[in-house]
Amino acid sequence: MSQGTRWFEQRRDFVASVPPDSAPAAGKPETPELFTKCPGCAEVVFNDVLVKQQFVCAKCDHHFRVGAVDRLRALCDDPPSVLLHDADLLARDQLGFIDSKPYAKRLVDARKKSGRNDAFISVAGPVAGVDMEIGSFDFSFLGGSMGAVVGEMITRLFERAADRKVPAVVISASGGARMQEGVLSLMQMAKTCAALARLRDAGMPYVSVLTHPTTGGVAASFAMLGDVIVAEPGALIGFAGPRVIRETIGQELPAGFQTSEYLLEHGLIDLIVSRPQLKPTLGRLLRQLLNLPPMG
Amino acid sequence: MDVVLDFERPIVELKRRIQQLRELQEANGVDLSASIEQLEVQARRLQENIFGKLTPWQRTQLARHPHRPYTLDYVDGLFTEWTELHGDRCGYDDHAIVGGTARFKHLGAADDGLGGKPVLIVGHQKGRNTKENLFRNFGMARPDGYRKAMRLFRLAERFGLPILTFIDTSGAYPGLDAEERGQAEAIARNIMEMATLKVPVVCLVAGEGGSGGALAIGVANRVLMLENSVYSVISPEGCAAILWRDRAEASRAAEALRITASDCLSLGVVDEVVPEELGGAHRYASQTVAAVGAAVRRHLTELLPLSTQELLDDRYDRFRRLGAFDAA
Ligand SMILES: [Zn+2]
Repeated sequence: MSQGTRWFEQRRDFVASVPPDSAPAAGKPETPELFTKCPGCAEVVFNDVLVKQQFVCAKCDHHFRVGAVDRLRALCDDPPSVLLHDADLLARDQLGFIDSKPYAKRLVDARKKSGRNDAFISVAGPVAGVDMEIGSFDFSFLGGSMGAVVGEMITRLFERAADRKVPAVVISASGGARMQEGVLSLMQMAKTCAALARLRDAGMPYVSVLTHPTTGGVAASFAMLGDVIVAEPGALIGFAGPRVIRETIGQELPAGFQTSEYLLEHGLIDLIVSRPQLKPTLGRLLRQLLNLPPMG
Repeated sequence: MDVVLDFERPIVELKRRIQQLRELQEANGVDLSASIEQLEVQARRLQENIFGKLTPWQRTQLARHPHRPYTLDYVDGLFTEWTELHGDRCGYDDHAIVGGTARFKHLGAADDGLGGKPVLIVGHQKGRNTKENLFRNFGMARPDGYRKAMRLFRLAERFGLPILTFIDTSGAYPGLDAEERGQAEAIARNIMEMATLKVPVVCLVAGEGGSGGALAIGVANRVLMLENSVYSVISPEGCAAILWRDRAEASRAAEALRITASDCLSLGVVDEVVPEELGGAHRYASQTVAAVGAAVRRHLTELLPLSTQELLDDRYDRFRRLGAFDAA
């Protein structure tokens, strides 16, 4: 059941600078864009090149948002051989939540658009030669929000890592808890963190990778609890959103507030790693912590 | 000064009239008992009508009422020898969270065996006026408060004291200094470490259970909730601002979020609802404190015989099962 094949061939999660909701003009056939303008330096980059560069601009190091499949495909040593876990879990509208759209409808739309069931992908397999349980958020699925399914997947990821005595890695990109699941989404923070404590008891390391953005209930649970916390450059990371803080204190926030660089300066994360360096960094770190010889 | 909520105004006014009649009767020596009695029946009926079908938004207002018992009121009413302990040992003492050791009051012949037993208490503390609220930061804790709480939890664990927590916060403080000192990490750390505490933990949601700032002292073996308190992932106003783009839609958001005690009970988020008197905890403070005391003692009595491993597994399983999903 959890043996998923070909997950890595899933539709590319390409997120270009075009807003995700911009539908193609009526009558015009839906053709994929061939290139993307970098919001960092305005350079026009071919999409194929961008994919090869793991969605990082070669000119200015701008980190584009990257989907979970692309992210994991770039990290796993042999993507076709990894095990896909828990992709069958389906969120339930336990509250019957309706705002401008019923939550049930939101879920259906998000599933259709993304080709997957929720905002997280969980796999098991070697990264830089280290067997591990590794998962990634997908921000394009309801803002990477954590409801019961994401909470369950992360909890199981930690539990499996503890059982198998392998390290765990979670790559976060999330606005926080999923409001439409109410207080139950809040409880996912406790569920995941309790499982993480058991991983610690099992003596296995956990590396948390923070990407843009990591805020709210995800930041205030497993994301900030890595034995080692790595962040991508320029990511927004924090508990409260900048708008709320600005309203609370009634003044403008300093430049660079709540960025990876700000957190590093304040001792809140261990290191900032550019995306292409993530895989070698994870390999090096985990091999050191597990007392394995360096990669050949 | 009495703070009267809009929806309870008719009751309060009727009761004021009854009081006036009583004073009149006293002063003039006339017998008004028949009218008084009639009005009292009316007041009771009105109270039943209004409090019998409170909306989630009305309950939110009750949960925020400044006359509702706060942590230190429970400490006063239920314990002796309160010894407040301060500071996170990292440079700060956050007054939005109070903590300390005390002993359960002895109940004389009716004592349940807990009387005189030491306990660690941690809770959010709001203020009742502007001055107090500035001191308490309106019960919105900074990382320092959560770190103080954690330090005290570990102290209790080392010496085998059970832990009692009182949740009453609109949320963790969303300020610049709080972010700078690691608000997210402090909350996360508490949530994880609380799951590993080797002593019984009982928690009461006493007023506002505001998101991560509430849960950071809420990972307990038993979570109780006062009838008119609320527990939510986001404030109704905050939710309305995001989903309806209008804070004025807060009452709709309060409805949709299922934040009331009975909702939380049916979702499995809390284990028991502690009833309030009709009219609310803010008008019947001492009765509320007593009801909470009885419930807390009952749950603690059930937990005390459990072994360390049983306590840890009980707490793990309690949170492990929260949140339903289907399999495709
Ligand atoms: Zn660029």
